[in-house]
Amino acid sequence: MCVAVPVKLVDVQGSAAVGEVGGARVSVNLDLLGEATTGQYVLVHAGYAIERLDAEQAERTLAALREAGLA
Amino acid sequence: VKFLDEFRDPQLVEHLLEQIRRAADAPVTFMEVCGTHTMAIHRSGLRTVLPEQIRLISGPGCPVCVTPNRVFDTAIAYARLPDVTLATYGDMVRVPGSSTTLEAVGGDVRVVYSVDQAVQLAAEDPRRRLVFLGVGFETTAPACANAVATAQAKGIDNFYVLSAHKRIVPAMLALAADDLKLDGFLCPGHVSAVIGSRPYAPVCQQAHVPCVVAGFEPADILMAILMLLRQCRDGRAEVQIQYRRVVRPEGNPRAQAVMDRVFAPCDSQWRGLGGIPLSGMAVREASAAHDAERRIQADVEPTREAAGCICGQILKGTRQPADCPLFADACTPETPVGPCMVSSEGTCAAHYAYEAIPGHPRRPKVGRAGRWQGRGGKRFNGENR
Repeated sequence: MCVAVPVKLVDVQGSAAVGEVGGARVSVNLDLLGEATTGQYVLVHAGYAIERLDAEQAERTLAALREAGLA
Repeated sequence: VKFLDEFRDPQLVEHLLEQIRRAADAPVTFMEVCGTHTMAIHRSGLRTVLPEQIRLISGPGCPVCVTPNRVFDTAIAYARLPDVTLATYGDMVRVPGSSTTLEAVGGDVRVVYSVDQAVQLAAEDPRRRLVFLGVGFETTAPACANAVATAQAKGIDNFYVLSAHKRIVPAMLALAADDLKLDGFLCPGHVSAVIGSRPYAPVCQQAHVPCVVAGFEPADILMAILMLLRQCRDGRAEVQIQYRRVVRPEGNPRAQAVMDRVFAPCDSQWRGLGGIPLSGMAVREASAAHDAERRIQADVEPTREAAGCICGQILKGTRQPADCPLFADACTPETPVGPCMVSSEGTCAAHYAYEAIPGHPRRPKVGRAGRWQGRGGKRFNGENR
């Protein structure tokens, strides 16, 4: 139920956007985010973007994982 | 897919497993609260490769599963009204109520992927009343709240919500106070995207159970388990975020604001867990015009529970699917008796799909024990079924 997928926004018109995930296009409601821009990755759940994905944090987590210890 | 594949890297997973094997020096019981975690753990085969010292039990985090029969019966009663269209998310229509399902009731029942589609249906036919059966935790509730706000703003007066939304922290507090002897919670990543990590503090402070907010890929889950093990080793009980690429301590304030504007915390019944104070979400007075329960009268049948079904105990983590006399026999994904078998994220559905069942010829989807097989690449499509 709480499945959410990372979607890349390809077209943003106000609070309605079109996103792309694994080659498929999906419509995304941006009301819960306020603003978002084309090219940004957001996490989409039941048609709504619930959060932005933070690329820098993703890299930090991966770096921490690859090194022996955890952050 | 970016942000997923990197966290499925078999080398990374093996590396984490090695550290977990070294760190797991005493028996521990961790509960994954979220149904999406339950599914991810089974699908990836992680259960077969974790050391025996680590016991993972599934919690009440499948919203479909914890919704009591009374709610389904109410929705079914609405669906029987000639001028009502009932819309809800996929799995809900297959859950048996006291005597039938939404799917079988014969009314105008629609499955939607997004609550926005339900608002659209209401706008398209103003003569019919559209009741949206809203279910889900804080991940899903803001979307429903936003839909109510939209309907209010646009004057779509025939859009109503039957709110079965739940708040996860009160349920975790109830479980932590129970006799399950939990050593840690894997906290739901996407609920936390909305509420942040701070609301879990009482779980650590009052019940002294460590909490780690976890992502859903194999490396995320293992990293979170390792973080829990280290808290146990050090005797700490803190809230930590593993899923930093999505979750901030403060959460998503916009989503919280719309949820708080439309819904107020209320006491709520959970299948298995019973009544939990302030664990539900009721439509506030200001939006009463869109509250199905206030505005639409319906004749709800007396509640009955399916004989032999132990979904309630499974949701509490006190019994396992294999303990149920109906499991894989009278109750299968094709002919579900209880909600834990209906929902694709239900504990029973996950066990049925991925674990070996004694005396059952069907082979589980996950193979040899002891070796992680790099699963997790196939995306679980729970929302669209």
